[in-house]
Amino acid sequence: MSNDLMTPDLDDTVEPGPSYPQFGTPMVLAGSVLVAASAFLSWSYDREPLGDVSITGNPAPTQYLALIIGVLGIVLFLGRGPLARFFSWFDETAALRGLGFGAVAFALAVILAIFANTSGLINVDPGGWILLVGSIALAFGAEQLPAGRTHADPLRSKTSSWTEILAIIALLTGVLFLAAYALAMEDGYAFLALLAFLGAISATLIRGGFFQWLSIATAKHRQVLMLGAVVVAFLFPFTQDGRDANMTIATQIIVFAITALGLNIVVGLAGLLDLGYIAFLGAGAYVSALLSGSATSHLGFQLPFWLTAIIGACVASTLGLIIGTPTLRVSGDYLAIVTLAFGEIFRITVNNLDGINGPSITNGPNGVSGIPELNLFGFDFGQPHTLGGFTLTRYANYYFLLLLLGAFVILVFTRLNNSRIGRGWVAIREDERAAEAMGVNVFGLKLFAFAGGAFLAGLAGTIKAHQDLAISPDQFVFLESAFLLAAIVLGGMGTVAGALVGATMLKLLPEKLRFLENYRLLMFGILLVLMMRFRPEGLVASKRRQLEFHEDDQELAEAIQVEHLETKEAQA
Amino acid sequence: MSTAVSHEMPAAPAAGREVVLDASGVIMRFGGLTAVDNVSMKVHDGEIVGLIGPNGAGKTTFFNCLTGMYIPTEGTVRLRGEVLPPKPSKVVKAGMARTFQNIRLFGNMTALENVMVGRYCRTSSMALTSIIRGPKFRREEEATRARAQELLDYVGLGKSAELLARNMPYGDQRRLEIARALATDPQVLLLDEPTAGMNPKETEEAMHLIFKIRDSGLAVIVIEHDMRFIFTLCDRVLCLVRGALLIEGSPQEVQSDPRVIEAYIGGDESQEEGE
Repeated sequence: MSNDLMTPDLDDTVEPGPSYPQFGTPMVLAGSVLVAASAFLSWSYDREPLGDVSITGNPAPTQYLALIIGVLGIVLFLGRGPLARFFSWFDETAALRGLGFGAVAFALAVILAIFANTSGLINVDPGGWILLVGSIALAFGAEQLPAGRTHADPLRSKTSSWTEILAIIALLTGVLFLAAYALAMEDGYAFLALLAFLGAISATLIRGGFFQWLSIATAKHRQVLMLGAVVVAFLFPFTQDGRDANMTIATQIIVFAITALGLNIVVGLAGLLDLGYIAFLGAGAYVSALLSGSATSHLGFQLPFWLTAIIGACVASTLGLIIGTPTLRVSGDYLAIVTLAFGEIFRITVNNLDGINGPSITNGPNGVSGIPELNLFGFDFGQPHTLGGFTLTRYANYYFLLLLLGAFVILVFTRLNNSRIGRGWVAIREDERAAEAMGVNVFGLKLFAFAGGAFLAGLAGTIKAHQDLAISPDQFVFLESAFLLAAIVLGGMGTVAGALVGATMLKLLPEKLRFLENYRLLMFGILLVLMMRFRPEGLVASKRRQLEFHEDDQELAEAIQVEHLETKEAQA
Repeated sequence: MSTAVSHEMPAAPAAGREVVLDASGVIMRFGGLTAVDNVSMKVHDGEIVGLIGPNGAGKTTFFNCLTGMYIPTEGTVRLRGEVLPPKPSKVVKAGMARTFQNIRLFGNMTALENVMVGRYCRTSSMALTSIIRGPKFRREEEATRARAQELLDYVGLGKSAELLARNMPYGDQRRLEIARALATDPQVLLLDEPTAGMNPKETEEAMHLIFKIRDSGLAVIVIEHDMRFIFTLCDRVLCLVRGALLIEGSPQEVQSDPRVIEAYIGGDESQEEGE
C-alpha cells in the first residue's frame, strides 16, 4: 500500500473508483468472519439436506467448505497489509472480488438445497442466513475495496523450481482427492454446493493471477506435470477399492474424453465442424462387436482383439474419407450439414440391417449383445484382480486399458499439433486462401484431420463395445455428437486439457445432478449460451484460439505476446 | 540512388538469361466481363518487371491467373517451359510465390511460424513421422526453423521472430510477407503493391530489399502505383488498361508514352498516381 506508483499505462484505463470505499475494509472482514463462523452453526432445521447440517458446533463436510471460504477471505484480506510479503505477484484484492462472488453462489446453492429438500425457506436456520449475509457482505465489501498496491507481473515472477514443482504436485494431489470425494457424493445438492465452492476457489485463483503463474510453471516442468497426471490417473481406481459405481462413470468419462479429443483434432486443430462424429465411434464399436465372436453376431467368426481394433479404426477412417472427399472442398456450413446427415445415415443403416429391411447383420434396434470380455495376453478383463491388497474390478481393468489409449491419443494430438501438419492447420484456420497461396495442401490436410479423427474415434469404439458388453443404435444418436461438440466448446478448442475438462463436466454433471432430471438439457443450453457470451474460446483455451475469438482485442494480444515470450524463456 | 546495386539498363532481354516465366495469351472472363484480355509476358531470371495501370485494370486478376488462384479462360502460363498446374499450392511448389495487396499474414502466429508455414511445400514429414519423431523429423524441423530464422534476418526482422504477426508494425508485416514468400524457395516472386501505405523511408528500404532479392537471381514481378518506385526499380514495365496490354518497354519508354499518361490522367476515371 505504501509505494503506489501508477504507471502512465494504468492511468489510461478510466476505472471509476468504488462508491463507498469506507465500507470496504469492515465489510470484507465481517463477511469473512461470518462465513467462517456459520460453519459452526446449524444451517437447517431439518436433518435431510446436505448430509445433516443441522448440528451446532460440529461442521458437516459441506460446512467445512464455508469455513475454508471464510478463512481464505481473511488471509487474502491480510495480504493487503500484514502478510503482504507473501503476496508478491498474487493480486489479493482482485482475488477477494472473485472469492466474494463465488461465496454468494455457494450460499445460494446451500439455501437452494435446503429449500428444495424440505420444501420451504422456513427450514433455513439462522446459520444458513448468516452464511448468506456474510457472503454478500464479503462480495460487496471486496467491490468497495480501493485498489491495493501494484503487483509484480505473475509472468515475470521468479520462483524457485522446487516451489513450482511442489505447487504442481499439490494441485494434482488435490485433483485426485477431489475426484474421489466428488464421486463419492450421493446428494446432488451437496454436489452443487461443491461445484459452487470450486467455482469460488477458481475465481479467486484466476483473478489473483495464479493460473498465469501456473502456466509458466507447467511450461517449465512439463515432464513433472505429465508424470504427475499419469500417476494420478493410475492411482484413481485404488481410491475406489472394489466399488463399481464410480468406476463405471470413470470409464464412460474416458471413452467420452478420448472421442472428444479425436473430435478436437477435427474441430479444434483443423477448424472443421463435424456434427456426426459419434458415427465413427459407432462404426468402430459395431465392427469390433461383430468380429469378436459375440453370441448374437451373424458373422460367426472370432478375430483377436488387436485385429478387430485395427479393422474397426480403419473402417471408421475409411468412412471419414468417403464423407470427406466430396464435402471438404466446400466451406464450413455445408460440411456441418453433410456430417449431420452422415451421423443419421449411420444410425438408420444399422437400425435397418436387421434381416427384415435389409441384410441381416446388426440385429437392427436390438443391437449386438453378448460381446465377450476382452482377454489380452491371458489377462481376463472380466475378472476382478487384486493388486497390493486393493481389489480392481472389471471396470478398473477397462479403465487402465482406456487410460493407455487415452495416453496414445494425447500423444498423437500434441505431436501433430506441434509439427509441420499442425502449422498447416493453424494457417488454414487463420486464412485459407493465404495458406493455399503459400503452398499448404489445404484439401489434403483437411482430409487427413477428418480421417485421422475418425480413426481415433473408431479405436475408442472397439474398446467401448467390449466394455459395455452390448451395443445398440440408440447409443449413437445425434445428441451424443452434439454433446461431444459441446464438451470441446465448453472445455476449450484445440487443447488436450480443454477436451478432458469438457468431457468430464458433460459426463459427470448429469450423473451427479440427477435431481435436475429433464431440465439437464436446458441447463446445458443455458451454460453454452453463457459461455458463448463470456468466454467463447472455452475454459482451457489455447492462446491462439483465444486470440482468434477476440480478433480486435489488442490488449489481450499483447498480454499473450508477453506470456509467449516468457514461456519461451522458461523452456530455454 | 541505390547503393552498390548493379542497376543495368535492360530493354532487350539480357542475352544468356533464361526465360523463367512465360505467359501467353492469357484471357480471364467473369461472365460477360473480360478482366484480362489477351496479355502475354515473358520474365527472365534476375529481372524486375513492373506491372502498372489504373485501378481496375486487371493487374491483380492477372496475378491470380499466374499463381493458379484463377484458372485462365484461355491462354497458358509456363514456368521454365512447364505448364503450371491449376492449383495454387502446386504452383507454389513449382516455384512461384506471391504477396498480397492487403496483407494476408497469419496474424495469430509468430513471425517465425509464419515463415515456417512457407517452408511447408519444401518439407515432407507426414503424420507418422510427426508422431514417432525420429531423427529425420527432428532434423527437418530444425532445418525449417533455421531457414525461417535466416530469412527473417535476410529481410531485417531477425529480432522480431517471436512477435505475433498481428502485433508487428505495418512495414514489418509487409517484409514478413516477403520472407514468408521467399521461404517457399521460389524462382519468381510476385509482389502485389509491396509499398502501399509505407512512408518514404520504408519504401526506400523495401526497394533495397527487392534489389537484394533480384541480385540473388530471382525474377521479380511488381504491381505498384508509386511511379517513382516503379521507374527506379524495374528493368521492364508493362502497362495494363482495361484488361489489355497497352505498352511494354523500358521505364523511360513507358513513362513518356502519351497513352499511359492518358490512361492515368485522362479518360473518365480520373486516377491520380499514388494509392
